[in-house]
Amino acid sequence: MKHERERTGAYPWLLGPAVAAVTVLAWELLVRVTQLPAFILPAPGAVWRRLVLALQDGTLLRHGLVTLQEVVLGLAMGVVAAGLLGYWLARSPRWERLLAPFVVASQSVPIVAIAPLLVIWFGPGLLSKTLICALIVFFPILINTIIGLHSVPQELRDLMRSLQASRAQTFRLLELPAALPVFLGGLRIGATLSVIGAVVGELVGADRGLGFLINVGRGQYDTALVFVAVFALVALALTLYGLVSLAERRWLWWQQRTNPSSFLYGES
Amino acid sequence: MARTATPMLSLEKVSASFADRSGQLAVLRNLSFSVPRGQFVCVLGPSGAGKSTLLRLLAGLLAPASGQILFGGQPVSGPQAGVGLVFQDANLMPWRDALDNVALPLELRHDPDAIDRAWDMLQVVGLRGFEQVLPSELSGGMAQRVAIGRALVQDPQLLLLDEPFGSLDALTREKMGEELLRIWELEHKTVVMVTHDIHEALYLADRVLVLGRRPASIKLDMQVRLARPRKLAVRYSPAFGRMAARLRAAIEVQAV
Ligand SMILES: Nc1ncnc2c1ncn2[C@@H]1O[C@H](COP(=O)(O)OP(=O)(O)OP(=O)(O)O)[C@@H](O)[C@H]1O
Ligand SMILES: [Mg+2]
Repeated sequence: MKHERERTGAYPWLLGPAVAAVTVLAWELLVRVTQLPAFILPAPGAVWRRLVLALQDGTLLRHGLVTLQEVVLGLAMGVVAAGLLGYWLARSPRWERLLAPFVVASQSVPIVAIAPLLVIWFGPGLLSKTLICALIVFFPILINTIIGLHSVPQELRDLMRSLQASRAQTFRLLELPAALPVFLGGLRIGATLSVIGAVVGELVGADRGLGFLINVGRGQYDTALVFVAVFALVALALTLYGLVSLAERRWLWWQQRTNPSSFLYGES
Repeated sequence: MARTATPMLSLEKVSASFADRSGQLAVLRNLSFSVPRGQFVCVLGPSGAGKSTLLRLLAGLLAPASGQILFGGQPVSGPQAGVGLVFQDANLMPWRDALDNVALPLELRHDPDAIDRAWDMLQVVGLRGFEQVLPSELSGGMAQRVAIGRALVQDPQLLLLDEPFGSLDALTREKMGEELLRIWELEHKTVVMVTHDIHEALYLADRVLVLGRRPASIKLDMQVRLARPRKLAVRYSPAFGRMAARLRAAIEVQAV
């Protein structure tokens, strides 16, 4: 930890903007040197102007909100379903052993392959996208819920039992706080996966959303619009990721007092 | 009076076993003894004899395969109020500070004075000023004090300790032993404590039980008639030496 701080020098907060500036500069240089047409690689300035335009005419906000809604609803649905199933499986080892192969097998079905099916079955609207997000989020949350609950020390379980704690008390005062670090680790991954799920769904079939915007931009050779939509998606994923980090800082203060967290990996 | 005559604990032909790969592993066989109120009992025995298993039985965390355990004259059928348990490592909740760890048993019973009583208990175990400190920032000895405070805060009639000082260095261990005696002399709980240290057992206990090898029964049941309050120097008296030799002999007979 100390070493890292030394390596980034005295102004670690400068590092991010510096990397961004260098990237934009290299991009601009690439465009000027290669003289690529704008529909293949637009210059940073062109993308910026397109962004301003998309903000002014409300396109970005309208489609961004649609995607945001899908992402958040899908994430919530996936977290609730996986959390409940995970809690139940962690408590019943026999069911866990029985269902584990199916859960893993279901995970190896590529979401891109079943997204069209879901759009056929549930229509091109909000429902199919939410389901795709929920599905893609489900597995990491489920696994992390189970691992988190298994990581509750047996001796602390014995302690709660010897103190005649009720099941609800054991959940609230022991299992929840003990499993939370691993669970939130799953939520970090789930949050970004949910964005991917929404875009996959929108690319397959939709008439709104940032994924739809990408399709439109591609169809009209408006490549700058594609860039704008991609950057909006990145911003959305980063925001969700940051919110989970914020939750970790709030709820896992007892770990952070000894191990300050980094943006990338919460605990260590 | 009948009430005072009832032993705090009594075991009648208690056996315990675990299921393992090749059927049943018998751990304790036909254990019978009783502990009067206020007595400080230490349990010695080789590793794997079943000392922890015995404590788990007494705490109601484990049911005996046969036989019966009475606590205050009532059969034990599960964990019950009035028993305080201290584990080998402190076993604290890392997300609770010292004060909240001690308050846990009271909080579970919705005691409105939980925090105040936990605060007082921290003073008793010598941790004034450490209320807000997290377990990860406590030394091994301090963490064990918190664990003892947590066991005592609900004012149990029976205190069960499983090698509570096992992970501490020799000097801290001695200090913690003295401390435990001081607290015990204040409150005169009934104590059953597992240890593997003969001198610690003699210094602390009214009575020492030695368990044999698996399946274990009681090899030796010895009264420790040393005057109280005891000073650490009691360890150098001839009577102490004689008893230590007897205990050592009883344990070593077991060794392979
Ligand atoms: N939950 C369990 N399942 C199966 N076997 C167990 C279980 N708990 C204990 N045993 C076995 O019972 C025997 C006695 O274990 P126990 O922990 O009571 O010994 P101990 O006297 O406390 O040993 P130590 O001094 O090393 O702590 C051991 O052989 C152990 O392997
Ligand atoms: Mg043990």
